[in-house]
Amino acid sequence: MPSPFIIDRSSVTQIMAWVLAALLPGITAYVWLFGPGILVTLTLASVTALAAEAAMLKARGYPAKPFLADLSAIVTAWLLALSLPSLAPWWLIITGTLFAIVVAKHLYGGLGQNIFNPAMVGYAVLIVSFPVQMTQWAGPLELTLVEPGAVQLSLAQSAAVIFGGDLPKATLDAITMATPLDVLRTGLYQQLTVDETMTQAIFGHYGGVGFEWLAAAFLLGGLLLWALRIISWQVPLAFLAGIWLTAGFLHFFDAGRFGAPWFHLFSPSVMLCAFFIATDPVSGATTPRGKLIFGLGAGFLTIVIRTWGGFPDGVAFAILLMNLCVPLIDQYTQPRVYGEAIVKRDDGTRKEPRT
Amino acid sequence: MSRELFKFKGGIHPPGHKAESTGRPIHPAPLPKKLVIPLRQHIGNPARPIVDVGERVLKGQLIAAADGAISTAVHASSSGIVSAIGPARVPHISGLPDECITIETDGRDEWIAHGPLDYQAMTRADLLAHLRDMGLAGLGGAVFPSAVKLDPGAAQTCPTLIINGGECEPWITCDDMLMRTQADAILQGVAIMRHLLGSSEILIGIEDNKPEAIAAMQAATAKTDFAVETVSLPTRYPGGGAKQMIETLTGKQVPSGKLSTDIGIQVFNVGTAYALARAVHHGEPLISRLVTVTGHVLRAQNVEALIGTPFDTLIQLAGDRDGTTGVLMGGPMMGLPIPDTSVPVVKATNCILVESAELFPPPPKALPCIRCTRCADACPAELQPQELFRFAKSDDFGRAQEYHLFDCIECGCCSYVCPSHIPLVDFYRYAKSEIWARERDKRAADLARERHEFRLFRQEREKTEKAEKLAAKAQAKRAELAAAPTEAGNSGTSEADAKKALIAAALARAQAKKTETTPQNTDNLSPDTQQEIAEIETRRAKIRALARKPLESEETP
Repeated sequence: MPSPFIIDRSSVTQIMAWVLAALLPGITAYVWLFGPGILVTLTLASVTALAAEAAMLKARGYPAKPFLADLSAIVTAWLLALSLPSLAPWWLIITGTLFAIVVAKHLYGGLGQNIFNPAMVGYAVLIVSFPVQMTQWAGPLELTLVEPGAVQLSLAQSAAVIFGGDLPKATLDAITMATPLDVLRTGLYQQLTVDETMTQAIFGHYGGVGFEWLAAAFLLGGLLLWALRIISWQVPLAFLAGIWLTAGFLHFFDAGRFGAPWFHLFSPSVMLCAFFIATDPVSGATTPRGKLIFGLGAGFLTIVIRTWGGFPDGVAFAILLMNLCVPLIDQYTQPRVYGEAIVKRDDGTRKEPRT
Repeated sequence: MSRELFKFKGGIHPPGHKAESTGRPIHPAPLPKKLVIPLRQHIGNPARPIVDVGERVLKGQLIAAADGAISTAVHASSSGIVSAIGPARVPHISGLPDECITIETDGRDEWIAHGPLDYQAMTRADLLAHLRDMGLAGLGGAVFPSAVKLDPGAAQTCPTLIINGGECEPWITCDDMLMRTQADAILQGVAIMRHLLGSSEILIGIEDNKPEAIAAMQAATAKTDFAVETVSLPTRYPGGGAKQMIETLTGKQVPSGKLSTDIGIQVFNVGTAYALARAVHHGEPLISRLVTVTGHVLRAQNVEALIGTPFDTLIQLAGDRDGTTGVLMGGPMMGLPIPDTSVPVVKATNCILVESAELFPPPPKALPCIRCTRCADACPAELQPQELFRFAKSDDFGRAQEYHLFDCIECGCCSYVCPSHIPLVDFYRYAKSEIWARERDKRAADLARERHEFRLFRQEREKTEKAEKLAAKAQAKRAELAAAPTEAGNSGTSEADAKKALIAAALARAQAKKTETTPQNTDNLSPDTQQEIAEIETRRAKIRALARKPLESEETP
């Protein structure tokens, strides 16, 4: 065994475990604001992901234990589950998870080899194939509970809905709601201005009622990952800047037709993407400048797709499109190495003094 | 500290493990019965032996002289009889034996006549030649011949002199202990370096995990008659690397492919400065050095060991323990595994690190790279290790070189931080050695191609020579033929006649040859066959006519 003879204690498992831990504030907020249905979705996605991972590892002749223990399959499952409507039917969850693990991850070569973010591939397949089922979002309890005849679903009742239990249509209508993005989109179709649409009950201070707090909880977890240096600052900051600048630019020129930048920033999907999805190291850019370009591009595309695209949210497609550009971005953003090209300067000075 | 410091990129903070070996005073190692002194302990040409087997040598006696521009001398570490000159096991990465001089010591440790040198009265060339014969080489690990580095060359001067007391590798403390105990002697060496290099700015860089050494050096620098600054540096591996220390202290980077002297900076290890002082002020060549013996031993400590002392002797001195899993020369980050502990201490041996399963557990199984770029964040050469790994793994050596593979200093930071536990440095070593091997093959192929091209050239040349010879012969023949008409008195047309005669002769020869040729299968046919051929020809004509007909009918409707 040649040098070095010591290694740091960190591991892939540890990194993945921290990512899962950083999702807990978001999940807690989700349950608090939207009911316990998400727990069923998370569990179902996790079990499916582990089973699919184990089966694919066996099929590919890899040892199951070290790869199952790396927790990467669970991370994919959770990210997908958090992107899906919390009362989506069971088969939708399983289909998306299987597609993410089997096709996007293992058919591309497994851990570390996938070009596309597996969770986003799963999401994209579902939104393209089953657009109707992908709208079964549980509304924020703050709004659904005040409606006449409203009920709060228990964990068991949520599971029953997800597994196809026959809930009265009226009840289902009472607990599910269009997301703020959908409401805004519908409003704009109806020739209403943004301000007119925003008077509806679902809109809160910055984003949607409940939704904005969920976004804040994802932000909190994301900051934890940054503090632990599990993610770099470049991708989240550039992604959020991309969202803010693009949305702000459009809003500045026509506030009546384009949502405010704060509204876009404080949507859960944007915060989840900024800190947990765009930061996926495997499918993202690796160089410091490349990360900035990747983040900015994804933010820009998200707003473009939200504004002019045919789907309610643009995050997944923005990420997948930027995933495509990663080899190009990386190749053209290689940083200067030690001692390279400083001969140009006479004294060789390069860096600013440390303060 | 008043001095502004700069930050080199990357680096790691591995556990230091320095206290283990700094608690005990420096201990002189026992005189072994046999000293094995390699001839190649430095970078450059191996020293040339100047003693014979059976000869008695004294301590400090020159036994092998420097050979060539980049080389240094080797001396007897103690008195005794030369018992062998030939291959023996040495601490080298290849594990292969190398030329060594073996001395059976006589226990008297008898010095050769030696004394101080008035270096200020000497010319620079004489002093450098003398230092070369004192066997000085960089003791920080690279063992580059010091006399070469002390020659400022055409520049005549090297404005900045950095004395490296960084000692950033975990476990190693020999420089620390040397600075604590020999600060004044180190500065005497620095004074000689300053004299030779003409440096105006002298900096001693010490990582701040060695407060005692910093205090000792500061106390000593207060007494010098020239300006020296002891600078406390933040502890961060590989801050003791020459390039990193230069950047920390001056903010400058050594341009890729150049030397630090190109930007007016020379760096020496504190141990080298001490050895220089011993050589000049005491006339003692480099025959011993401080070695940290630490790790899985009972009494980790620093020992003053003679060059040539077997590792075993030092490990026993420190108290070997059960459960030893291996021995390293150097630290855990860049050290060399030593499978055979009978090998001798050499000038580069700063540390003997004894491993155990508890201190150095085997790394977990490697997982695939997840491109987390922790390695890139840790790389002090500012490379993209994850890309180099990808290229090395897929044998894409061209791309690896494009991504600056050869700027890798193999410090091990990338392997240290990798959460997938990939032995990254191994992949870079593999890629480098493959590239070297291919370049060797290419050189061999180039040589073969040159030989082949020369052979073609030679054949071509021989052909032309032959043709020229033939032409000359023909000329002679023409002259001969021309001679006949000249006799007839028609010298004006003789040239043309000669040519005509030659052509006529050639035609006659060709005609003769033609008649000689074997008959073709269409000649001399029997009447039956001729008739057959005629019938075939008729049929073919008929078919041709039939084939043409439809076309004609189309044309004339």
